[in-house]
Amino acid sequence: MTGEPASLGAGPDRTEPAFPPAVQDAGGPDVVSADPAQDRPAGRSSLFDKLRRGFDRARIRVAFWSRSLLVRVVVLTLTLSTVVMLTLGLILQQQITTGLLRSKIDAATAEIDSARQTVQSSLSGADSDPSSLREQLRLALTEIGRADGSSDAQGSTAGVFEPVIVPSRVGSETDLAIQQPTGDVPAELRARIGQGEIAYQYTTIRRDGQNIPALVMGSPARTSTDSFEVYLIFPLAGELGTVQVVQRTLLLGGIALSLALTLISALVASQVVRPVRRAAASARKLAAGDLAERMPVTGPIELTTLASSFNGMAEAIRVQIRQLEEFGKLQRRFTSDVSHELRTPLTTVRMAADVLHESRQDFPPHLARSTELLVDELDRFESLLADLLEISRYDAGMAELSAEPIDIRSSINTSIAAAASVADQLGVTIVTSLPHHPVVAEIDARRVDRILRNLIYNAIDHADGKPVELELAADDDVLAITVTDHGVGLRPGEAGLVFNRFWRADPSRQRQTGGTGLGLAISLEDARLHGGWLQASGAPGEGARFRLTLPRRHGGLITASPLPLRIGADVSPSTAGAVDSTGEPGIYAEGIRMMVEDGTLKPVPSHDELHPASVPSAGPTAALSSTDQPQTPRAAADSENDGAVSAITGTPAGQPSTVGGPA
Amino acid sequence: MGAMRARVLVVDDDPALAEMLTIVLRGEGFDTAVVRDGSKALDAFREVHPDLVLLDLMLPGVSGLDVCKEIRAESGIPIIMLTAKTDTVDVVLGLESGADDYVMKPFKPKELTARIRARLRRADVGSAERLRVADVEVDVPGHQVTRDGEPISLTPLEFDLLVALARKPRQVFTREVLLEQVWGYRHAADTRLVNVHVQRLRSKIEKDPEHPEVVVTVRGVGYRAGTS
Repeated sequence: MTGEPASLGAGPDRTEPAFPPAVQDAGGPDVVSADPAQDRPAGRSSLFDKLRRGFDRARIRVAFWSRSLLVRVVVLTLTLSTVVMLTLGLILQQQITTGLLRSKIDAATAEIDSARQTVQSSLSGADSDPSSLREQLRLALTEIGRADGSSDAQGSTAGVFEPVIVPSRVGSETDLAIQQPTGDVPAELRARIGQGEIAYQYTTIRRDGQNIPALVMGSPARTSTDSFEVYLIFPLAGELGTVQVVQRTLLLGGIALSLALTLISALVASQVVRPVRRAAASARKLAAGDLAERMPVTGPIELTTLASSFNGMAEAIRVQIRQLEEFGKLQRRFTSDVSHELRTPLTTVRMAADVLHESRQDFPPHLARSTELLVDELDRFESLLADLLEISRYDAGMAELSAEPIDIRSSINTSIAAAASVADQLGVTIVTSLPHHPVVAEIDARRVDRILRNLIYNAIDHADGKPVELELAADDDVLAITVTDHGVGLRPGEAGLVFNRFWRADPSRQRQTGGTGLGLAISLEDARLHGGWLQASGAPGEGARFRLTLPRRHGGLITASPLPLRIGADVSPSTAGAVDSTGEPGIYAEGIRMMVEDGTLKPVPSHDELHPASVPSAGPTAALSSTDQPQTPRAAADSENDGAVSAITGTPAGQPSTVGGPA
Repeated sequence: MGAMRARVLVVDDDPALAEMLTIVLRGEGFDTAVVRDGSKALDAFREVHPDLVLLDLMLPGVSGLDVCKEIRAESGIPIIMLTAKTDTVDVVLGLESGADDYVMKPFKPKELTARIRARLRRADVGSAERLRVADVEVDVPGHQVTRDGEPISLTPLEFDLLVALARKPRQVFTREVLLEQVWGYRHAADTRLVNVHVQRLRSKIEKDPEHPEVVVTVRGVGYRAGTS
């Protein structure tokens, strides 16, 4: 016997048992769950802790998976349905338990009434002699235990019970020596019965080595001569079993229902998610350029709305893109047409002018001069037209790079040869500093030639008769060519303007080389098309330097240029040998004597035979000599700080010198 | 010059340009015939038997490229395209359809006649050579190229290109050198000419043009003849 009383339902109104609080309250031994195997009596607070922990876990999981709608729905459904099932299960179980106990108490009340009457009638006028009393008591007990006449099961709705009759007289109890479980009656209950109340109490009894919850109902029974206390002990084993079955059922049902709900929610969510995924796939295809991609407009109304909205958007995009494409196509067509339409009559005019020009010595002076002007201006017109068309090709995005591996030195030599006659006319020497080994790069030779030609012409134009230097250096990934003049130079801020279309440093200055004003702008586009840099720097009175930096492999990236952009940042002439990218000092000091013959740059000790030109060259034969070293006058290095350096293509100005090249 | 005058067939739809071309070419000592319609170009070609065709790529009716292919299918005579299109694709397309050279409008009369003369001047035949490149036999004076006795038909320019390479089998020719030796241009010519003609040559003489054995590319430099 535990001796630890459960809460007492007491009071005159026996039909209002105080049992329910006992179930809900944590603490005392619970009638229903006295079985230690059941841990449900952990109670509400620990249950909520568990729930909160579950929630936290679920929230973390939701946060982790929150990017998937499907997972989010499933987790949320599982969590919420578990909570609902738990709550519902607890309430149901409590209701069932309460109902069971209430009917038990009702039955027990009826039972104790009849027991009391039995005792009163059986023991009425009982002898005070203990032995006769013992006999009478035994009879009464038997009478109570057999209320309905059946042998073992007392059979009433109250179920089996064990009667206990205790004489109220002190001391008589021990004398009776009747086998009855008096010890199972809690002392507290006995005290209350002793005060004349009818009361009940829950307790735990031990039968067959098992602790069983029990209801003990007690009532005083007064006979004319004596007073007794009648107790009926109702073991609640049956009710316990019932409640356990209910608990198990609720638990299993709850789990099954939660899982079923989760499954259903997953199904439903996938119903929603699948079209969303389909829409995403369609959008992806559309973005990848499949403008004909559409979503099927089927299914529930929300999804058809989504699909038709999507399709509307796709159609709008398609129309827009088609329009843009059409526009671009038209622009390209226009450029191409203008090109052709202008070129054909221009060709006729050109030829006619040249025919006139051929026989101008037969003309009177004013006609001869007119013919000369006509031919000269036609040249200008032609180059302007060519440049304009080239620029418009870039503007229309039609420019294509046809890169192939080429020794860049041949491009340089070709370009210098083309400029040689003009250089000669202006008394400008072109000093080259090229490696002795081939510098092969994947470039579009036509464009690189044009860049170099433009740079060289530009330098000659602004050289004021001083030498123009051209230097080439390369490392494994990048090559750089600088073209430097020592003429008027660039004023601060002008380095950024030189690539503007039709920009002139000095509007009053005449172009000697017949430039159109578009050359550097086109060159910049050409360089960009290669993924290269074209930059300018310079200072007034010091000259200007243009640096072309190109990746040696098509699509390569440039991080640094092998040549400095600033004039004066390169090595002094005394160490010029290191400039040679063969890395062999002194090799460059040998120098290469070059000459231009029929527009072709040749080393002077020519072992190649000099072919007669098949194509007439524009100018007289010019001799170009490279000095032994690039010892041309250089502006004082101290003016470097005044230099206007512009990084057109995003290079930090004033890059450190990296001359010396790879070995 | 009499009978020695070379005959040039001008195929151009622009009457002014065609007339001007006639004036200039006559002045330079060529006989000319003009056809203004691309669809009649082939008939005119068969009738005139020109030594060279000057072909404007932008013709009404038939595309200049088609005319070029038709003529090339019948004859290996030099074809020079006149083109106003400067895009690489257009130039390459023209060369691939069989033209030997192209002149970009607007051009100078001297430039044009220089190109025409370069095309008309045959490379020196030289001694009675028989060259061998890979498994291809070249009979230089006979203008015959054979593989295993099977003749391969080449245009004169392609033949010259092959002979130039085959005469110095160990030498690597840059595009510039080939332009000079085969086309006869010293400078200002387009190296795309070489690329396209090498491709055309390969398509005729290589067993597998993707893996050439006769005309081998030397990356970054140029071409050389394959080893026998």
